[in-house]
Amino acid sequence: MVTSNNELAYNSKIEGEVVVTRADAVINWIRTNSMWPMPMGLACCAIELMGTASSRFDIARFGAEVMRFSPRQSDCMIVAGTVTYKMASVVRRIYDQMAEPKWVIAMGACASTGGMYRSYATLQGVDRIIPVDVYISGCPPRPEALIDALMKLQAKVRTEPSANKLLSA
Amino acid sequence: MFATADVTTALKGKFPQVSDRPSSDLPAFNVPVGEVLAVLAYLRDEGGFDMLVDLTAIDWAEGASPRFTVVYHLLATTRGAYVRIATNCPSDAVPAVPSAVGLWPGANWHERECFDLFGITFAGHPDLRRILMWDGYPYHPLRKEFPLAGIETVLPDVEVAAETKAKVIAAPMAGGPFVASVGEMNLTDAEPRAKDESWNERKEKPE
Ligand code: SF4
Repeated sequence: MVTSNNELAYNSKIEGEVVVTRADAVINWIRTNSMWPMPMGLACCAIELMGTASSRFDIARFGAEVMRFSPRQSDCMIVAGTVTYKMASVVRRIYDQMAEPKWVIAMGACASTGGMYRSYATLQGVDRIIPVDVYISGCPPRPEALIDALMKLQAKVRTEPSANKLLSA
Repeated sequence: MFATADVTTALKGKFPQVSDRPSSDLPAFNVPVGEVLAVLAYLRDEGGFDMLVDLTAIDWAEGASPRFTVVYHLLATTRGAYVRIATNCPSDAVPAVPSAVGLWPGANWHERECFDLFGITFAGHPDLRRILMWDGYPYHPLRKEFPLAGIETVLPDVEVAAETKAKVIAAPMAGGPFVASVGEMNLTDAEPRAKDESWNERKEKPE
């Protein structure tokens, strides 16, 4: 059966070429769907992070495939790996250089808590130096877990009062 | 060049002070600290031991004397022969040995690691700085008296420390250290975990 209606988007004749929405919804929609990660790959978890980015798992489906190695261009720091005290200051400095708004995913046991490294050299959880939005369990977490974390983060971003924050900033 | 079999005779003939060191695998020798560079140079040039495979140290714990022993592993790449040389640091409080960087440039980072983790100085080293821990870290973590969990101190970066109020802390060992189990068992059970789960961060360790 062939129909004559080939319009894919909203019907402009009815809507009058106007879309009504809320500023928060638009801003958050944009932010959630192009969340450029800052890959803070510090140990083995970084391998799973790479796996998440490549074809089999394809984090591009969630708009987060543009790994930026410059903090100034990234929105979401993915701390993937063991953070040593020596590296901790660097992680914090990179976080400070990221432009607002910014989010952090602590990927894996090490980034979340120090993991199995109960030792003199390892920071016992990256949340001691930067605010973390989503923690992922696992050693290492599977790529699905990272994608799940990204979706959770997107859900969180969708609830943010972004317009208010922008106006009051 | 001498063959593997006569490392002992060749070395002892040339350096009478060299003595055998108990060893279950390689030919091993104790060398007085004053002669160690000469022995290493001799083994490299005359014995064909052209590669320094490893340079490390042993801490025999506080109270022992000599307390620190520096150990060299040499390999003759053309015939696959190894030899181990050990030398005791004369001072237990400020351990020092001469640097082998002049013989093998590869000794550079090994000696820095030894300096970092054991606090042994290598006289004549061109750049004796810490290599794993940060400059200014007050301890030497591989010394026997140093606890695995670490000792509370300040973060390497003062600005970050001021901003975050974070410190280097003694890691909570709750039930740890985390060790893998060996033997015939399910891989899940063999994974590293705390062996003593009777205590944790909230519950004191039973006496
Ligand atoms: S959580 Fe496991 S896989 Fe990830 S960095 Fe730590 S040790 Fe490696």
